[in-house]
Amino acid sequence: MNEPDETIAAETAEGHAAHDEHVAHNVSKHIRAYLMVGATLITFTAITVFLSYVNFGTMKANVAVAMIVATFKAGLVAAIFMHLSNEKRMIYRILMFTAFFVLGLFFLTYLAWYDPVTR
Amino acid sequence: MEIPYAVTARPDTGLWNAKVGIWLFLASEVMLFGGLFSAYVFLRLDADPGAWPHGLLNVPVGTMNTAILIASSVTVVMAWASLKMRKFRAYWWYMLVTILCGVIFLGVKLIYEWPQKFEHFGAFIKKDKLEKYEQYLGNHHLAEKGLPPRTEVSGHLHNKEALHDENVKEYEIALDPVNADPTNPNMDRPHFLYVPPTEKMATIEKEDVEYANMFLPKHSAYFASYFTITGLHGAHVLGGVIVFTYLWLPVGTKLYKRNPEHLANRVEVAGLFWHFVDLVWIFVFPLFYLL
Repeated sequence: MNEPDETIAAETAEGHAAHDEHVAHNVSKHIRAYLMVGATLITFTAITVFLSYVNFGTMKANVAVAMIVATFKAGLVAAIFMHLSNEKRMIYRILMFTAFFVLGLFFLTYLAWYDPVTR
Repeated sequence: MEIPYAVTARPDTGLWNAKVGIWLFLASEVMLFGGLFSAYVFLRLDADPGAWPHGLLNVPVGTMNTAILIASSVTVVMAWASLKMRKFRAYWWYMLVTILCGVIFLGVKLIYEWPQKFEHFGAFIKKDKLEKYEQYLGNHHLAEKGLPPRTEVSGHLHNKEALHDENVKEYEIALDPVNADPTNPNMDRPHFLYVPPTEKMATIEKEDVEYANMFLPKHSAYFASYFTITGLHGAHVLGGVIVFTYLWLPVGTKLYKRNPEHLANRVEVAGLFWHFVDLVWIFVFPLFYLL
């Protein structure tokens, strides 16, 4: 009874080792990407600071420019550091609901200026 | 009892359980910070012209803290990658650097940035008295340039007893550069480097003041949202530091010896939380420090 079990265990362990090697290889390939993203994020932080001293005409325009840069940086963090560029479907489903509800929340804020009487 | 699917993927989700758990938690975090950010948008867009302050925070210090947080995101992902490659020594060092980055970030916030605000004073002048303090506000100059007016005189409060003593009828302020030299075009936009209050003194009568206080949360909608959002963010940084320290201590070493993949997964989910905290800061920094 024990023998087959042991064989299976040994095979699984071997399978694990092979899997580990595969993973280690994949991870080492990504390290360069992590460092590059880190450098890009710091560069874009400097760019954000610089752009905030450039006069784009109105404060709203300056805010818009800063938010576009920030969204780009946040996208990099999410896609590379948080592995969202290559994740299982389950995670994307959760995040689709999150996006829907958080956009709804901001829409509620926008409704605060809705005034059907005086327009 | 062995926790199921701590290392291997669950057949139906294709994921080990903690990964689903942390993402559900982060989804709720998005709603939490989303609520505060929408409150910020609401307060800012509804503020009177000129009432939303600019250039009150120290930009170089904020930039440095941003860089520290980004660096710690890199080191935590490197810590995880080291575990995946079974390089425990490297993991240990990367994790230590991550923890130190978190501690420095919090230290700068709690020892330098916040206390400096608590020592700073500002008085909002009543609308019909703005003309009386024109020499400190420079609103004629601003109007010529089409810029929003100033309504606040700020600086270092010399007679602190004025805050609570009703018999003291005026505030004596060592003026901030913007109020000491308000018509200087250099003062039209915020400075990059922090400029401390000048030697120039001003006396503001209490009866001309709409509201005056130190730069505390109750001082203005700006500081209320600033302290709430950076405070909640700081609490997250603290939470991350505590979890990382736990995983870095011998508890982590023991787990690594028993099942290295389990420790790698724990570091991965803690890292996901940490990246989220970094991501929030990427929006906080320009909104409060720069714009």
